Amino acid sequence: MEKGLSITTEFTSGLQILFNNIKKHKVLLPETEEPWTLGLLLFWIKDNLLVDKDKCDLFMKGNTVRPGIIVAINDQDWELLGDLKYKIKNNDNITFISTLHGG
Amino acid sequence: MPVLCSAKCGKNAVLKRPKTGDTLCKECFYWAFELEIHSTITNGKLFKKGDVVAIAASGGKDSTVLAQVLKILNDRYNYELKLVLLSIDEGITGYRDDSLKTVQENKDEYQMPLKILSYEELYGWSMDKIVAEVGRKNNCTFCGVFRRQALDRGAMLLNVNCIATGHNADDIAETVLMNILRGDVARLQRCVNIITITEGTIPRCKPLKYTYEKEIVMYAYFKKLNYFSTECIFAPNAYRGYARTFLKDLERLKPSSIMDIIHSGETMCIKKNVKLPDIGVCTKCGFVSSQDICKACMLLEGLNRGLPKLGIGKSSKAHKALASLPDPKLLHF
Repeated sequence: MEKGLSITTEFTSGLQILFNNIKKHKVLLPETEEPWTLGLLLFWIKDNLLVDKDKCDLFMKGNTVRPGIIVAINDQDWELLGDLKYKIKNNDNITFISTLHGG
Repeated sequence: MPVLCSAKCGKNAVLKRPKTGDTLCKECFYWAFELEIHSTITNGKLFKKGDVVAIAASGGKDSTVLAQVLKILNDRYNYELKLVLLSIDEGITGYRDDSLKTVQENKDEYQMPLKILSYEELYGWSMDKIVAEVGRKNNCTFCGVFRRQALDRGAMLLNVNCIATGHNADDIAETVLMNILRGDVARLQRCVNIITITEGTIPRCKPLKYTYEKEIVMYAYFKKLNYFSTECIFAPNAYRGYARTFLKDLERLKPSSIMDIIHSGETMCIKKNVKLPDIGVCTKCGFVSSQDICKACMLLEGLNRGLPKLGIGKSSKAHKALASLPDPKLLHF
């Protein structure tokens, strides 16, 4: 049995509109059988934080984030950390940055 | 296990570059990012010493990063440029008014003069008013056509030598795709040029032409640059949206897709027997146009006559419609 984890998720650059216009969410991930990975977190966010489930395709595509969304874990590119397979640790700060807007 | 910076500086990497696959630490990333833009500027001969350069500033990520990087490079490599910010206020309540606040902050932070020109003062019509008149179907046509001219007019008022825009590699690849899909051969050729020079207008250049969007966003994120990021409240451009999603899907499969598409655009060559539009000037306003009356004047005439559909669609149809109206020469402007 794995212990629950306390982490911060942040949605920026327009993504916050999918989350009640709130950028920073401090969340408690419940105890689970298997360790929390970023891949599992995405589904947890979809089920627990995403307001309008119809707009899920603006956040996810298949089992990962929609292309064009950048993920930073504690200010590091998730591509360096094994992306979906990254094992989440207590107090992690996970930021989702949209690039899909004008500039 | 932390990944080390591939520049061998001994620090831990913070990102993987999509363009090269290199893993870099923050400092080495800033350096590489800025140096590449510097090479783009010098190889493309975008500026001359003493030039006054208007940065087309929307408050979004690209122009905010462009302003920051041009300021850094101007100091670091002695370009001797005078940089000014030029913003267009389309008059979209709840969108542009907010983003212009970001531009104001850029002005203070980078200590560059700022000129804001509004559609209202240039054309007598704000986008809010235009949308009230034409609805939400063709409003993007008005906005796009008016913005292009507005930037030129603003640049002339400021007496600058060139306009630098924040178009990045993803934008250009996307435009190449769109021009192919639409069969717009003239634009297909033009859109990949790093400098576009049309007689009678101020040259435009794209210092971020080879810079990936992901890197622009990461640069802004690490440097904590303040930028505005909201989709325009009117019609997200559906066609462009498809092209963008397609491109992002390709990029995930193969990050070099973006450079490959730009490369295709640059090396494509149009057959000699393909007729390209002749560029002349608008008989009404004197701005560059491939028609007797430019698109902006045509759209404006439609608005002023209460026929907002006049300039939408094929120009030949608009000209016929205009000719059938009483007093077609009397365009109030």
